[in-house]
Amino acid sequence: MKVLRGIAASPGVAVGEVMVLASEGYRIPRRLAPRAAAENELARLAHAVDAAAQEMIAHRDAVTRELGKQYGAIFSAHELMLRDPQLHAEVERLVREKRYTAEYAVSRTLRRYAKVLQSMEGSLAERTNDIYDIEKSLLRHLLGRNREDVANLTQPVIVLSTNLTPSETAGLHRELVRGFATELGGMGGHTSIVAEALEIPAVVGVGRFLAQVSGGEKIIIDGHEGLVILRPDRETLARYEDEAERRRQHAVQLRPFWNEPAVTADGVRIRVCANIEFPEEVKACRVRGADGVGLYRTEFLYLASSTEPTEEDQFQAYRRVAEAMHGAPVIIRTLDLGADKIPSAHAAEEKNPFLGMRSIRLSLRHPEMFCVQLRAILRASAYGDIRMMFPLVCKLEEWREARRMVSHVIEELEAGQIPCNRQIPIGMMVETPSAVVMLDRFCDEVDFISIGTNDLIQYTLAVDRSNSDVADLYHPADPAVLRLLNMTVQAAQRRNTPVSVCGQIAGPHYLMLLLGLGLREVSVAPSAIPEMKRVCSSLSLDACQTAARAALEMDDARQIETFLKDELTRLAPQLAPNAP
Amino acid sequence: MLNAQGLHARPADMVARLARRYRSQIEIVKGNERVDAKSVLGLLTLGAYQGIQLTLYAQGDDAEEALDALVDLFERELLEQEKRAAEEE
Repeated sequence: MKVLRGIAASPGVAVGEVMVLASEGYRIPRRLAPRAAAENELARLAHAVDAAAQEMIAHRDAVTRELGKQYGAIFSAHELMLRDPQLHAEVERLVREKRYTAEYAVSRTLRRYAKVLQSMEGSLAERTNDIYDIEKSLLRHLLGRNREDVANLTQPVIVLSTNLTPSETAGLHRELVRGFATELGGMGGHTSIVAEALEIPAVVGVGRFLAQVSGGEKIIIDGHEGLVILRPDRETLARYEDEAERRRQHAVQLRPFWNEPAVTADGVRIRVCANIEFPEEVKACRVRGADGVGLYRTEFLYLASSTEPTEEDQFQAYRRVAEAMHGAPVIIRTLDLGADKIPSAHAAEEKNPFLGMRSIRLSLRHPEMFCVQLRAILRASAYGDIRMMFPLVCKLEEWREARRMVSHVIEELEAGQIPCNRQIPIGMMVETPSAVVMLDRFCDEVDFISIGTNDLIQYTLAVDRSNSDVADLYHPADPAVLRLLNMTVQAAQRRNTPVSVCGQIAGPHYLMLLLGLGLREVSVAPSAIPEMKRVCSSLSLDACQTAARAALEMDDARQIETFLKDELTRLAPQLAPNAP
Repeated sequence: MLNAQGLHARPADMVARLARRYRSQIEIVKGNERVDAKSVLGLLTLGAYQGIQLTLYAQGDDAEEALDALVDLFERELLEQEKRAAEEE
């Protein structure tokens, strides 16, 4: 058994069999073969080795012709490794003595070598790529037409991979992929967001570990603690199965809140909306009684393919969401990405992408692309209660320019007699200190605001959350952040501008703080909605306000955090994290 | 072991390839680790670095020629190769 630590990307616990996803995802269908089948497995192996060797020689000759002997030599080296007597001896032993299938024996043996090489110094580590290539090649020949890949799963698995792009994550079959873990990846990345949206437990940034696992092995993914447990022993397995049971019970406890509106203990209605990335998530929202979609992240339409989504693609997606929400409001946020993700933006590499060409700036710099999105949103507005929101607005000029473009597009549509909602509510995200400081002026012009706490905290404290060196300086309960939140809510309330929060809510104690500061609407991942409602029902606004006022007097982030957690435990002990 | 990089990528290939030309069983010993000289993976994971003492064993009818050829490889050829590579840079 081996316990590895990574970053908890998506909550939940999953126990299952490993499927290692290489760029051509092969799943090893069986670990063990029947006792009598050893000879057959070895025969299959011999056949696969010959076929793979032939292929390598063909590659070598082709590459030598094209690029010269030096490059062709790489394939000679592969072939040499393929025919390695020690490798064959070991694989044969595993097949005969342990009854492993040829596939499992090959994978297990090669990965053992890979692991040894990886731990050695110097350029030997690069040879591990050769080993993986040979593994892939042999598996391809062994599995032949029967190869299974992610798209053709028939059994539930836990997917392991070097990395998963957001679209690969989105493509994972929800029923059959119980969880995943990747070597690379950081907190709050798009892949994590997608995983959470799909409610698949996930751990990322584990570091190199794929060499230590083989397809078909048992593994535990702990998306709460950020742990990956290889070949768990019986005791650990039992513990996790108990844990999974506990969480199932907790989910049952939350069930009554699915259909109830969120109301505080002193009878005040709180709106709990959902953050979504795909139209498919609407069902999860409605089933949990979301009051609306507080944030529809449109980035995924752009990330899902290598070309920009057409107006029609976008319109269809927006319209689906609008219709599926049956009249409940849907706030669509315009593109919130950096230039590096947009092919036509021809971005040079940025030294400070967070401070660079992204979000509303990018849209305003590429009006043709922006108008396509605006048209799609406006056309969809004829099919439901659609509202529009601009990300990362820092200056009044940006707001005004974007607003002008919307008017322009509305005129275009009306001239073309295409139905749209002329009065579409348009708001902005409040994510930077400049926006908070100028909020009184913004409120004169916007229809609503939504606080993006994650980015607000980063820009205010000048901290890159994904930089592990400074990540501990990132504090949602930092006194500066609290003052800015307070300023924002006050300014908005003075001008009757609806205000909500659509960033991460760090826990029930944080919701208590937000309610105490005056917020009456939040937007969270669909899976978190029932818990939010439960928290609301356990707190009275009076108590929240008292707590918030006290927190605003403090000047130390850790002190504030501790205070809020203690207050919560005092007011509502049943909400504390370790409560039964 | 004269080669500065120890028994690394290409040298390991060369050793294995040469060893395979002979019918004898050939082993390379470092301390108490023993590997088949015809196994690239074995050679790579042996972790032989410059200055380390390696012992070669051969058993079979062409054992002597095998040993001669391998010793020659270690002493001359690999050193030559390294010199040539350094000149190319």
